[in-house]
Amino acid sequence: MNVPLPPTNGGCRSAPILKERGQREVFCGLTGIIWLHRKMQDAFFLVVGSRTCAHLLQSAAGVMIFAEPRFGTAILEEQDLAGMKDAHEELDREVARLLARRPDIRQLFLVGSCPSEVIKIDLARAAERLSQVHAPHVRVLNYSGSGIETTFTEGEDACLASMVPVLKDTTARELLVVGALPDVVEDQMLGLLAEMGIGPVRLLPARRIDDTTAVGPNTVFALTQPFLGETHAALERRGARHLQAPFPFGDEGTTAWLRVIATEFGVSEETFEAVTAAPRARARKAIAQASEALRGKSVFFFPDSQLEIPLARFLTRECGMTAIEVGSPYVHDALHGPDLDLLPAGPQIAEGQDVDKQLDRARAARPDLTVCGLGLANPLEAEGLSTKWAIELVFTPVHFYEQAGDLAGLFSRPLRRKAVLQLEAAE
Amino acid sequence: MKLTVWTYEGPPHVGAMRVATAMKGLHFVLHAPQGDTYADLLFTMIERRNHRPPVSYTTFQARDLGADTATLFKTSCQDAVDRFQPEAIIVGASCTAELIQDDPAGLAETMGINIPVIPLELPSYSRKENFGADETFYQIVKALAKPQERTARVTCNILGPTALGFRARDDVEELTGLLSEMGVDVNVVAPLNATPSDIACLPAAHFNVLLSPETGEAAARWLEKNHEQPYTKIVPIGVGATRDFIAEVAAITGLPCKPDESRLRMPWWSRSVDSTYLTGKRVFIFGDGTHVAAHARIARDEMGFEVVGIGCYNREMARPIRALAKEYGVDALISDDYLEVEAAIEKLSPEMILGTQMERHIGKRLGIPCAVISAPVHVQDFPARYSPQVGFEGANVIFDTLIHPLVMGLEEHLLTMFRDDFEFHDDAGPSHHGGKAKAKVEVEEPPQPVDDNVIWLSDAEKELKKIPFFVRGKARRNTETFALEKGLHEISLDTLYEAKAHYAR
Repeated sequence: MNVPLPPTNGGCRSAPILKERGQREVFCGLTGIIWLHRKMQDAFFLVVGSRTCAHLLQSAAGVMIFAEPRFGTAILEEQDLAGMKDAHEELDREVARLLARRPDIRQLFLVGSCPSEVIKIDLARAAERLSQVHAPHVRVLNYSGSGIETTFTEGEDACLASMVPVLKDTTARELLVVGALPDVVEDQMLGLLAEMGIGPVRLLPARRIDDTTAVGPNTVFALTQPFLGETHAALERRGARHLQAPFPFGDEGTTAWLRVIATEFGVSEETFEAVTAAPRARARKAIAQASEALRGKSVFFFPDSQLEIPLARFLTRECGMTAIEVGSPYVHDALHGPDLDLLPAGPQIAEGQDVDKQLDRARAARPDLTVCGLGLANPLEAEGLSTKWAIELVFTPVHFYEQAGDLAGLFSRPLRRKAVLQLEAAE
Repeated sequence: MKLTVWTYEGPPHVGAMRVATAMKGLHFVLHAPQGDTYADLLFTMIERRNHRPPVSYTTFQARDLGADTATLFKTSCQDAVDRFQPEAIIVGASCTAELIQDDPAGLAETMGINIPVIPLELPSYSRKENFGADETFYQIVKALAKPQERTARVTCNILGPTALGFRARDDVEELTGLLSEMGVDVNVVAPLNATPSDIACLPAAHFNVLLSPETGEAAARWLEKNHEQPYTKIVPIGVGATRDFIAEVAAITGLPCKPDESRLRMPWWSRSVDSTYLTGKRVFIFGDGTHVAAHARIARDEMGFEVVGIGCYNREMARPIRALAKEYGVDALISDDYLEVEAAIEKLSPEMILGTQMERHIGKRLGIPCAVISAPVHVQDFPARYSPQVGFEGANVIFDTLIHPLVMGLEEHLLTMFRDDFEFHDDAGPSHHGGKAKAKVEVEEPPQPVDDNVIWLSDAEKELKKIPFFVRGKARRNTETFALEKGLHEISLDTLYEAKAHYAR
């Protein structure tokens, strides 16, 4: 019961993957700062980069967050490049100034960018040095969010991976849940796990530095986001064991994800049913309503966040859609395998991008719904294709039971809107 | 290294994209890593463009570095030419590609492409977006403009409007109409909607109208020097500037320029008695140099405001803005650091800000109304309706824009008369803006000692709070200055009213 059945025509795990290299219409990893700085309330993200990096953060935030954001860019200038100034001294000065103005900051992330990587500013060394200067009040870590190394959500992955080596050791048998979730969703998840008697549950990232997240050989961890490949590897290096599961999107994904954890912690079938029955029923009802406009429609995913495969699984199995192409920046078998198993065979699975060729395929297929980035959405709408901005899927609470209906609603809204608008003359 | 939270301008290659996206039949091959494609959304989302910007990004990754990024550039360049079949291409590098020094210009030259290839130098670590746009447009004009005969009729070109320009779309339309009423035809508008072949025809015009000095001045100067085309120095934003512009065009062309002013409502709107309450409102003006200069004149001479500070974020305009500030008897703030702008506004405590989207947020934080008059732009700055800034209709539009954020005449009086009303009070905000009015909360604050040990006694402090918020800052400052001048260390109720009488006008 309740174990999702693989599709009768086979899944997509062994399907050939179309690998493309060309122009990629994606964000770089710096973009993750937009949500990470809200999630970690005592952290500041200092990008060491160019004016382009600052402009990206400002533009990607869409609306500027003027309540003094907990991120900023140390913009490299000509003198820094010409070696007329010591970049490390400059950085020390800017960090000291920043921390003096923001005494509430307890963790500082030095975030590498394309320019800082190319001119090889050693931010690991800088982080070590600055940690010594500002300890114990502030912990300084570093990671790269550069576009030459990271694609969009990989920035969060790099950030979380940078935190793994400094997590305290523990031998406790504990569950660690990994991935930045909106607080309300995180609380729902913790509630479900607590009702099953699983706890204490540790979180990465924790909301504040003083929290008690630790890791060790008896730690088991579950991922809530499908883009945490590096963090996954870093945790395994610390001896923790990954609980492989489909990602908790929709009724089926959430149930499967919880079941893997419940089985690991010996939760009885009765308890599991008792805890999940009511929210499952609510999720099903909400999905049924919200997915009415989606049934029988086709969907085409451009690569964006690595959420594409789990979401395609949700849309095809729970909302009655057909997937034509599912593009993802990267496909990791260890992370995406369980979702690929469940995704009915048929769609082209694509990794990487050559955007003009992919646009040609989308135009030829004329999907009912195209999931793509902000740079492509209006141009495709102008060609008569309905689109869903992919970035909204990362910025909206969409995980677990209570959000399953909202998730379906995000996809159905563009189609419902198209149906309600009557802009032509009456006759 | 300089810590930046928000920026007024993007990097220079974004300026180049504004030119490329404005034009038709031109393609931009940009040597850049993945992620720099974010810039597409500025055009497709903020400006709601229905086409992708004509930009091919080479999208190099870490593993390409040290291998062959040059070949990647050549492949992208060839693909772009084959797929999009442009009339000409521009090639350049973003900040990261500038560091790896592949020389896109040299590479493109060796490829034997049979259309014009225009190389761009976009120094990312010293210059910014406006420079990038100005330089790109100049290079395109220099490469493509062909010597030719003047048109038989008197014609001009309109230079400077780009994609993502502040009201560029409507300004071009308004200006074209105004020129036509003066008997001047428009030969070419560029870069907005121009093709490379249109650019070739620029020298056929008799003169140039420089609509946006920030993005068109280098090209205008080059055309003046090399094709003997004079260009206009006045940007017709505001009633006075528009009339001066008409006179300038008359002087250049020798035509009797008498355009129809029947659509111009602004002078009467400002003279009508309802506008009396605008008199002497203290305004702070900040934005790009061109719009700031125009609005300083509008604010003082056409609205009857008092200009208490002006400034611009683009250093290229520092000199004219400093000169203008001197004329207005205020200090010029030349800065692209928004924290510095915020500090200046806080210190001057104006009753209104004419600024950019950044100042709108500063105003929100400080409780000061703000009208947006300049880029950087936001989706709100691309209204569906016709909304020019230049010419007579522009003057009408600006009048509306400047009064909209303010508490209106009679409402202001009522607020002053019944200061203790629990519903109708300062924090409720202007009533025509909607939003839920906040109930008044009485908070007892101890008198705040200010600089030089002037102390507010409690009844004076209480009385100060009864003064409407939009003049409270001024009242506080005036009273403190008055107290200091009189050598007083305490401000009583009497001091407050003595100061009021002292500053009465």
